[in-house]
Amino acid sequence: MSGRPGLPAPAPIAERVRALEEALAEKELIPEGFLEKRAAQAEENFDARNGARVVARAWVDPAFRARLLADGGPAAAELGFRAANSDTLVVVENSDTVHNAIVCTQCSCTAWSVIGLPPDWYKSPAYRARLVREPRALLREMGLDLPEHVALRVWDTSGETRYMVLPQRPAGTEGWSEERLAALVTREALIGVARVTLPV
Amino acid sequence: MDGIHDLGGMSGFGAVEIERDEPRFHEPWEARAFALNTLGIRQLGAYNVHEYRHAVERMDPADYLTASYYERWFTAVATLLVEKGIVALAELEARAGGRFPLSRPAAQVKPSGVAPRSSPRFRDGERVRVRDVHPAGHTRAPRYVRGKTGTVVRVSRPFELPDQAGHALPARLETTYHVEFAAGELWSEAAEPRASVVVDLWESYLEPAR
Repeated sequence: MSGRPGLPAPAPIAERVRALEEALAEKELIPEGFLEKRAAQAEENFDARNGARVVARAWVDPAFRARLLADGGPAAAELGFRAANSDTLVVVENSDTVHNAIVCTQCSCTAWSVIGLPPDWYKSPAYRARLVREPRALLREMGLDLPEHVALRVWDTSGETRYMVLPQRPAGTEGWSEERLAALVTREALIGVARVTLPV
Repeated sequence: MDGIHDLGGMSGFGAVEIERDEPRFHEPWEARAFALNTLGIRQLGAYNVHEYRHAVERMDPADYLTASYYERWFTAVATLLVEKGIVALAELEARAGGRFPLSRPAAQVKPSGVAPRSSPRFRDGERVRVRDVHPAGHTRAPRYVRGKTGTVVRVSRPFELPDQAGHALPARLETTYHVEFAAGELWSEAAEPRASVVVDLWESYLEPAR
């Protein structure tokens, strides 16, 4: 917040957060260690490396891939990734003819358990405003130039369903282990603003 | 409400910048603000996630656009804890040593009198139109699809209707639908070729396409 005409600047945000925390603590409304535990949980559990493992499993195990596409929540839970903020996970698969990308135009929802807490670019007004209107132009700006014949499907996370993109497996990875494949998959690929590529 | 949060399709925001190796939280206060919301919802039971989302939407538009994500998050948490009488704004201002901006008050929303109809009302592949309504309170029907016609691509699960839950009213469960809109239907001459948007919509947002 940068302040508004006629009003003094707000107290610094760190001071405001401290003030609320102190007010609640004085009323004994914060159990010992509650905030630390929740923040640590976010650091440990909400991670795109989880989604990368789900993708790698889907690439090597056709039966798992089928379960994942049929109902993403239970399939991700097989690998230990249980939904934190919604139990409905829909996995959308990229192909030679269709490319999927995810946005949340009204806030910044993501599937925390597999994609992690949303990165700043995903939360930016520019991304939220533009992806639904000019997806091809925006993805090109972000470094993903899709061939004209590829249809682009944008998923707006406006309800309680959460989405994850199943990217295409890059050529030249035949016989790779799941672990090695998972290391290729980025958060950006899980959201659909990048392809999975081999390291240069 | 037709608020600043409903950004889909707006122009003028410029480029999207990706930060390499972005940390989960940039400042220690962000992690505290994140956890304070969990405290408010789960530990104190002071409000629900729909009220939280609506409290973000109720920020003054100028504040909304100039606040960072976790500053918006925190402003909503503080607003709800003040509105629910758990802390007083004067105390927060005194402790913070300065102005402590909160969101604007919510509109008065009446409990819905509509009885749940036999559900799901629509089926896979059916053409539906989003009702062109402008509620004063919380809703999750983005402006850019209101009045537009699309195709149901998935009959999803029932969830609490945010328009009621966002105002702490008893919320009925309603089937949600993933509805695909062709870019041309949404953006007419400005549409890109071979593009579509799928939006997740509650049943009462929809009517049969004529």
